[in-house]
This record gives sequence, structure tokens and C-alpha cells, in this order.
Amino acid sequence: MYDISGYYEAETVAEATALLAKNPNLRLIAGGTDVLIKMHSGQIADAELLSLRKIKSLNTIRKAEDGTIVIGAMATFTKVFNDPILREMIPILTEAAISMGGPQIRNIATIGGNVCNGATSADSASSLFALNAQLKLEGHQGERLVPIRKFYLGPGKVALQPGEILTEILIAPDDYQGFGGQYIKFAMREAMDIATLAVAVVCKLQAKTFAEVRIGLGVAGPTPLRCLEAEEYAKGQEISAQTVAEIGKLAVNSAKARTSWRASKDYREHLVEELVQRALKKAIVNAGGEELV
Amino acid sequence: MFKRIAFSVNAKAFNFEVDIRESLLEMLRRLGYTGTKKGCGVGECGACSVLIDGMPFDSCLYLAVWADGKQITTIEGVAAKNGELSVVQKAFVDEGAVQCGFCTPGLVLTTTALVESGQDYTRDELKRELSGHLCRCTGYQSILKAAEISLQEHSCSCVDSPHHKQPAAKIEER
Amino acid sequence: MTNFMGNNSSLRDRFMNKSGDGGKEMAYTVVGKSVRKVDAVAKVTGKAMYTDDFFERDMLVGKILHSPYAHALITTIDVSRAKALPGVEAVLTYKDLPRISYATSLPGMIGADLDDNEDLERIKIGTAGHPYSLDPAHRDVEDRHILTKKARFVGDAIAAVVATDDLIAEKALKLIDVKYEVLEALTSTKAALREGAPLIHEGCEGNILASGGFTIGDVEEAFKESDHIFEGEYETSIVQHCHLENQTSYAYQDPDGRIVIVTSTQIPQIVRRIVAQALGIPWGRVRVIKPFVGGGFGNKQDVCIEPLNAAMTLAVGGRPVKIELAREECMIDTRTRHAFQFKIKTGINQDGKINGIHISAISNTGAYASHGHSIASSAGGKFRFLYPTKALKFDPITVYTNLPVAGAMRAYGCPQLFYAFESHLEDIAKRLDMDPIEIRSKNLVEVGYVDPISKTKVMSCGIRECIEKGKALIKWDKKKALYREQSGEKLRGLGMACFSYSSGTYPVALELAGARIVLNQDGSIQLQIGATDTGQGSDTALGQMVAEVLSLPMDMVHVLSTQDTDISPFDTGCYASRQTYVSGMAVEKAALEVKGKILSFAASMTDIPVDRLDLLEQKIVYKHSGESVLTLEQVAMQSYYDRVLAKPITSDVSNNARINAIPFGVTFAEVEVDIKTGKIKVLEIYNVHDSGTIVNPKMAEGQVQGGVSMGIGYALSEQLLFDEVTGKPLNNNLLDYKLPTMMDMPDIGVAFVETHESTGPFGVKSLGEPPTITPAPAIRNAVLDATGVAFNRLPMNPQRVFEGLKEAGLI
Repeated sequence: MYDISGYYEAETVAEATALLAKNPNLRLIAGGTDVLIKMHSGQIADAELLSLRKIKSLNTIRKAEDGTIVIGAMATFTKVFNDPILREMIPILTEAAISMGGPQIRNIATIGGNVCNGATSADSASSLFALNAQLKLEGHQGERLVPIRKFYLGPGKVALQPGEILTEILIAPDDYQGFGGQYIKFAMREAMDIATLAVAVVCKLQAKTFAEVRIGLGVAGPTPLRCLEAEEYAKGQEISAQTVAEIGKLAVNSAKARTSWRASKDYREHLVEELVQRALKKAIVNAGGEELV
Repeated sequence: MFKRIAFSVNAKAFNFEVDIRESLLEMLRRLGYTGTKKGCGVGECGACSVLIDGMPFDSCLYLAVWADGKQITTIEGVAAKNGELSVVQKAFVDEGAVQCGFCTPGLVLTTTALVESGQDYTRDELKRELSGHLCRCTGYQSILKAAEISLQEHSCSCVDSPHHKQPAAKIEER
Repeated sequence: MTNFMGNNSSLRDRFMNKSGDGGKEMAYTVVGKSVRKVDAVAKVTGKAMYTDDFFERDMLVGKILHSPYAHALITTIDVSRAKALPGVEAVLTYKDLPRISYATSLPGMIGADLDDNEDLERIKIGTAGHPYSLDPAHRDVEDRHILTKKARFVGDAIAAVVATDDLIAEKALKLIDVKYEVLEALTSTKAALREGAPLIHEGCEGNILASGGFTIGDVEEAFKESDHIFEGEYETSIVQHCHLENQTSYAYQDPDGRIVIVTSTQIPQIVRRIVAQALGIPWGRVRVIKPFVGGGFGNKQDVCIEPLNAAMTLAVGGRPVKIELAREECMIDTRTRHAFQFKIKTGINQDGKINGIHISAISNTGAYASHGHSIASSAGGKFRFLYPTKALKFDPITVYTNLPVAGAMRAYGCPQLFYAFESHLEDIAKRLDMDPIEIRSKNLVEVGYVDPISKTKVMSCGIRECIEKGKALIKWDKKKALYREQSGEKLRGLGMACFSYSSGTYPVALELAGARIVLNQDGSIQLQIGATDTGQGSDTALGQMVAEVLSLPMDMVHVLSTQDTDISPFDTGCYASRQTYVSGMAVEKAALEVKGKILSFAASMTDIPVDRLDLLEQKIVYKHSGESVLTLEQVAMQSYYDRVLAKPITSDVSNNARINAIPFGVTFAEVEVDIKTGKIKVLEIYNVHDSGTIVNPKMAEGQVQGGVSMGIGYALSEQLLFDEVTGKPLNNNLLDYKLPTMMDMPDIGVAFVETHESTGPFGVKSLGEPPTITPAPAIRNAVLDATGVAFNRLPMNPQRVFEGLKEAGLI
């Protein structure tokens, strides 16, 4: 049994934020694949849970009229993977979704939960970083938008204020239209694993040059991160193997990898350099460019 | 703390109060559906998988209270009422996909969900769809084979077969 | 001569069509067929009952307090707060455990909280699943208390709680106040062997549990005669069995006060003995029942939770108490595979003929002996049969450390030893510029070889044919040529490795097996065996043997899959790949006895001389013509209900197999190495086995595939990791411990070379463990072929491969 001392369910976001306002001790539970595991290991004990599972409005994925992609926080990884809009518009997110856990986990784990858990290894994170995702946080007092890069504060720490709920993940048209992307999860196993390194790259091409490149990395530091130096360098550079190699090298400068029993700093940095290049080469093709040999 | 829920297991209706601390796995086993196995308790092995509204879930990472309004299928509900094995069960038996048997119920259920989805899967997709189940005995070979045969049987079967592509109706029925 | 086959030569001849070349046999009707596994339907329908599937009224929950320190003395332990928690029924510590001086008293000693200064007198047990030995010198090392006052690894059982539910039990564990005097944690063999290192077990000098190997000939002389001397060092990792069903048991006292334990075990008879020994009670006061078991792989050839479970039920007046280990507990407080470090020196001639081999090894057994004292020497004993040389010296030492306890795991030391030697031999081949197959062929054993130590004779050997088959399957020559010139980021290579093993433990240990057959009224039979099926399919294989002898279809053979020490015939259990071979002998003997009785009974019914009769397809027939005389059912009914002659037909036999048989085999692997990321992909892998007659090809194939996948995990990804300073486990769960998933597995090719082993029932040799021995060295050798880099440490995970490639200048 799980060490649960109270259990509440909300059917609307307003109901949930009201309950949260009344009882700040409530712990939000979405898919449960992080919260219940933490209870199993004793990291969370004697918990009062507020379930968001019955809030239907958080379950939708849609494209707004202005082209903004709106992903409900309670969308499961299976739903994300199978969503035709996301598959067409931002496949680096659907590929990230299918790389997560196994089918049973994907059937219940939610993208919002994945983000709010605050792990650098969150499978959705590197793609959401590369896509400049914005997070809509709603509280009893109102709502606010936070860029995902400002949301991750440290390992397991996110910018969710007491009383707030992540309700939607938004990706603006300017951030994905005209881009090609590629996601690579490098892990010890092909399924049921956490990444040794996750790389999400999007790029926009202009003639034979890079108009824009964005690189999101997971597990390259205590939080997911962006390789701003490499991105800055890429702007306007000619698309060539040499440029790509340089981008790979510069990406390492943004990584804050450390040695753990899972992998050494040296190895992770090597992977950053190598996999950023691999991902970017594919992203170029996906953006309509020619394959670099 | 207890909460009243209504749900069905293998088409049998239940309506009672459950302990909010209980997982679906614990509740099912307490009800006697002991074919649902516990291998890790944290969604890493898939032994406890059951179908909820036709989709596979790890019942260890699923609170019993969430079963409210759901139709659950356990391994005990896969064979026909007269005891005849399903196409999937038969394939698992025939292909030698069963050794110690502890991962078997979950794998049979997930394969059943794939068959009943009516979709076609490539071999790689099939592997991916079954990858949430660890097995230490078989090296997965015979399991994959059994799943492939199950899906072939399915698509080869006549339109009047109860297993023919009628996923929605099938789920409805359960 | 031994009685391993019984007096059945004439009957055997009838079942076998001897071709005269001593090899090719025979037309069996059930043996050799892929009949349906007898428990498959029960398992696909969820009806198969495992330990946790049984319900007892008033079942209580037992939980264990594990030491947070790798090496520490308990200075004080106060359970009063835990005991006071509502729902807690009992709390146990070392203080509550029985003492040697009370050893003959009946249950009830638990809770007799005596002066804790007498702690040394408390009963210690050895937990290894070996048959008892009447010779005290051959008994397992007894170095463990059920609950300890001195923690020897992170996870050591310090105290236990019995409560009404799991949450209360867990809360109570947190309320046990323990004060420790923390000692230096010896987390490596190097640390444990250091001069002046603290002793993990009092009186065990140097922390060396066991040494002693063997010497054949004079290696130094052999080296002198050799054209070349090669040396190499190899290292393997700590891995875990990861059977899907964790150790689970429940125990209660029956109305007579006997302790009944239902448990997921490979060795019910040995559990019974060790529980009785642990509590100091007569063995007959313990009853052990083994229902379906969700895999064991050697980890359940050990007694991990049952003695504590018995103590728990005694502490609560005999009420039922269940222990169900969590996966995280199972991975550290049951058993692991020994990590070995090897140094090998080989003297070899220019033509590839080996003159002498010297293998030194250090084996890390962790905190308690378990099987540690026998694994290294056992592996050496199995190795002797592959490449007999004039001189072979094997001198392993087995060392205690403050890590979880290593015990038996599939192939018992051989995956380690063969990884090392087959890697070494590959390195030699490379240096001599010889083909890996050629160098092996020059040294392989021949039929008729007698091992000078065990005196076991190789009666059948298909290793050469196995190699030929594997070579053809993987297209060795073609691919070798193809990969000679390759470049780019992904390099491919081929490798192979051979093994020899044994069928049971003779002559090291007793090989006793029992079987009982009852002929039912309808002409079907019940087969009861003491051998335990833990998933591998022994119930089916043994059932096939009975069906063969009695000419029955499989649906007339009812195999009882549960073993119960009160009911089942005596058999020491599932280990050493012994059951098809050793228990098969008992089963064949029992079936022949029943057959004899059936024919005698038929003779008494018909007045036809018994030697003119035979049994064929459920009929009694004339031997010469096959003409039917009676149905088997008629005989069976008469045997039950004839007013004068009634005497139901049964047999109840035991067989003491004082013989062994050597199986052989080979793995061929093809890999692709991503030299930029260090990731190795196995593209193709084939295992070819000589296990004598294959009783059930489909099951055998599954057994091999499972073994190969375990071997691939061993090669590429699996290792239990610990903090070097504290000894704390880092990855004791199935997310962080990289057991392969379906997506990580290549197609596994399986083939057999069926020799006929004259010592085995129906010509069989063992198969269960061997498949897991050679995938790792074959993959390692393939990686060497692809990259030119020798990886002499397992696992070859991407991090390690990256480091190796970097060192070699490839990155």
C-alpha cells in the first residue's frame, strides 16, 4: 500500500486551485509515475494527494488559431506520440514521447507531470527546451506564462509556486514553423530506460546557411539546458560538415556534465559533441536541406 | 480513508469502498485475480499489467480509486467463458513463449490489446509495444514470435470472427 | 558398477535403433518431440498458483530492517517504540534467536530474550543449497545468523517486524532504534586482502573464505617446453539473477505445532533442513511446500528468507506470516553472481597446441559464504573437460568483502571462467595469427578422455560438430573476408567461444533423485517427482520420459508440479542442470518398474508369459506381433478392483547417480561497434549445443535463448554497482540495473548437435545452465575482431567501450 493519508479529486482547474489554496499541503498527482514511485521509495510519506486525473480540459492537444500548439498538461505520452498535429508540426516531441519508459508507462505518464517533476532526464524536456515552450501556470489568484528555461531551477526543483498548477504547454508558431528537427535519446537500453544524454535540435535554413539553430540537452547538467553559445555561432553560418562539427564542439561549452556512476563527465561531453552533430545533420535534412556527407 | 468506486473486472461489476492507499494491483489480487503478478512495484517490469478500457497499464502504479468507472481485464478474463484459449494464449502455448510464467499474464494482456486494436505493426513496432515487459527466461524470442502469430491469426481471421477488427465494439462489450 | 540406469538394457534396446556407430540413435515417440509444456495452459490463463497467490486467514506481514552500513557492530538496539505501535505483533532482533545450547528444544524459544552476552552461542547456519553431508568436512560453511549483531553489508538483516499490514510494518521498522559502531567497509577484494584489514568474520584470517584449486601435471615444466608464453588479466562484474518473482514465502504452525513454509524455492528439501538447523529443532518438524516458481536461476538454490520467516511465525504463536521481498531488497539481500579477477598464463607451441595453463583467480563472495566456498573450484572442474592439457594449475581464492552475498547463479562460476579463458585464447590466436577456430580445434577434448581428478569419462562429445554448425550459421568465412577491409564509424566483427559443463555435481556431491508413479483407473498415470520445475520445463521433460517408457500420450501423464517435503519423493532440487539427467534416471527407473508391474499383472490376467507381452499405445500387446491382448485401462481397473488380485500399480524409487556427463557447446556472435559512442550492437548470435538427446526441442530452444539473453546482458550492460567508500548499492532496481528488454535483444539462433550420451536416460546430458556461459566471451572476441581493442573487463557498456577506444586512439 502507498502511504497516503488523504485523497482528493478535482474535476475542473478552478476546483483544483481552490482546493490547493485551502490546503497547501496537498500534493498534486497526475499520471502518478513519479509521485507513486517516490512514495514506494519513501521519499514521500504520509501524503495528501490532489488528483488532476478527472480534469478533462487538461487532456487536449490542439492548434490555436494563431498557430500556437497547446498541449494539455494531462496529455499522456501515448497521446502525445499519437497526436497527428504534434507528429506533423513538432516530431521531436513525439519522438521524445515514444522514447520514454515502456508502453504501459506512456499510457499513464503525463507530459505535465514529466515537466513538473523537475528531472534533467525528463524525456520531454530537451525537445520542449529546443522548442522554446511556454508553460501556463494557474493558481487561485490567476495565471502566468513561464518559459520552460526559467521553470527548471535545479534537480527536482521547478518554479511552481504554492497553489499553482501547470495546465498547458504552449509552443508559438515562430518557434516551430519552418524548422526541421531531430531528437536522439542515448541510453543503455532501447526501452525502459533513462537517458545518458538526450539531444533535441531544431534548425531553420536560409539558402545554404543556418538561419537559426536551437539545441536542447537533457542529462548534460543538473537541469535540461540550451546550448546558447553554439546556437549563437550557428546563425548565418554556411551549412557544412565543418560548421556542424564546430557547433558540436561549442555545445559542450554549455553542458554542465558531471561524473556519476551512470557515466563520466568526459564521456557525456564526448556524447554531447557527437550526438549534437548527428541530430543536427538529420535536422538539416528534415528542414529541407541536403544531406551532409 | 475509503472511497466508493464502481468498476468491472472481466465484465463482472463491482461497487464498494476501497482503501485509498491501495494500488489496483493489490485490490485485484485481494479480489482473487492473482494472475496479476507483482515483480517490482514501480512499473519497471510489467508483470502486473492489466487492460484498463482496453489499454495496458502497470496496475502497481495505478491507485485502486482510479478504477472508478473503468472496465478492467485481467488474465483471468482472456480465455473464452467455456475455457477455450484465446488466439493469443494459444500462440503463447504453441510457441513455447511460457517458461516460469511470471511475466506471461502481462504479456498475454498487452498482446491481446494489440490484437484488438485492429492495427498492423511492424516487427520493430511490435517489439516496442511489448518492451514494457521484462522476461528473464525466454530472451523474448518465443514471445515475439507468439505475438506475431497472434496478430497474423487476427488479420487472417474471417470477418465474422469475434476477434476480427472490431476494437471499439470489443471494448464496449467488456 | 553404479545403478544409474537400472537393469533395463533389453528394454532400452527396444526403444533405440542402434546404428552401430555408437552415436546416432533412435526413434522415440515422445522423447525428442516438442510436446506442449505441461504447465503452459495454467500459466497463460493465470491459474498457475505461485507462493503469493495463496490466501491464509489472518495473514500477517513480515518486514526486515536492513543495515544502512556495510560494516558495523550494533551497540544498542531498542525495539520498544516499534513494539508499541498499534498493529505490530512482534519485533525480532538477534537477541531473540535460538542458542546452540537450546538446540534440541521444541519451538517456543523465539522471544526467550536472554542475556545478550551469550550472543556467540547463537546458532549459525550455512545457506547454500547443497545436499547435507555426513562428513563434517564437506558441509557448507556456517557463518550466518538469521538476524545479525554485526552488519557485514548494506542490506544485512538486523531486525524484523511482524505486523497486520505492510505500512504498519514499515513504520515499525523506522521506530527501531539502533546504534552502530561503524567499522571500515571493505568494498573490494583488494581492501579485504590488505594486510591488517579488519576481519569480516571473526577467526577468518585474511578474510579468505576458501582457497584451494587443483593441479594436473607440472605447469612450470610445460611452460619451459612451450614456444610461447602468454599472459592476460580479465575481470567480471557482480550481476544479479532478476527472476521476475522476488523471494516470497509464508509460514505458519499447523495444529501439531509443525512449521509449514510455502516458498518460492528451487530446493524444498534443503530449505527444510536449514530451517530446522537454524531453529535447532528436529528436521521432521518442518514442512516445506514449493508451488509454481517465477524463476530462480540459482538465487533460489539458497535459503534466504525461510529461516527468518519460520522465526516470525513462532514469534506470533504460529499465525501465518508472509515475507515478500521488494525488488530493491531482492537485489541486495538475496544473492548475486561472484565477480572474479583472473590472471592466466598459457604455454603454447607454434602450431597452437597448448602445453600448460595456469589460472589464478580472486573471487568476491561478499559478506557471507553462501556457495562461495565451492563456486570457483566447481567452475574449474567443469573447465577441465574442454581443452585437456598436460599441465593445468588452478588456484582461486574466495574472499569475503562487505558487499551483498554472492551465491549460485546460472552456470556457477563458468560464465566468469570461460569469459576469461576464451578471451585469453582469442588474444593468443591473434598474437599467433591463427584463426580462432583453428586454435581451439587443436586443443579440444576427444571422446574417451578421463578427467584425472574426478575420473569422469567423456562418453560423448559433439563440440567439433557444434563449431562447424555455428560457423556455417553465421557465415564465418564469408563475413571474415568481408570485414577485413572496413572503415567508418561503425565497425563489424565476428567472435566465438566454447564451453564444457557437467550434468549434476557428481562426484563432488550426492546426486539423489526420487520419483513416484501411480497408475490410475483409466490407464493414465500420476508422476510425482522431488525435482523442482522453476520454469525451465523439467516437469514436461520428465513427463515425456514416463510417456516414452509407458507408451502413453502426454495427456495421460499427470505431472504434479508442486513439491511438498511431506509428500514428494526425496530429491535435492533444481541446480547444476541436473534434473533431466539425474532426476531423469529416477523417472525412467520408476516408469520401467511400473511397466514391469503392468505386464506382470496382465500376465496374471491372461496367462500369457510376461516376456511375450509389451505395452504399446495404451494396450497390452503380444511382443512378437503387436496384436492387442488387453487395454491398459482394463489392467488398471483390475488392479484396483479385482476381488482377489487387486493391488494398485505404483512405483516409488530413488536413484543415486554416481556418474556425470559432459555437455559442450559454442557461441558465435557478430557485432557492430559504434566507435563514436561506444555502443555495441549484437547483429547475430548463435548458440550450438551438444546436450545429448534433446528431449523437447522447442523447450530446449527457449532454454537456450533465455540463457543467451542473460549472457548478452552479462556481456554488455548488467552490473550491480556500489559506492566504493560506503558500500551502498547504487542501482538495485530494474530501471538502473540494465537487464535487456525485448528491444535490446537480437534474434537468437539455436542449434543442437545430438550425440547420444550412454550414461544418461534416453541419451541426455544437461542443458539448463550452459547457454549463458559463452555469449560474453564470443561478443568480446567479436568486438576485438571489429576494433582491435581487447575488452578484458565486463560489462562492455558504452562508457567502458568509450574509454577503451579512446585509450586505443580510435576516438
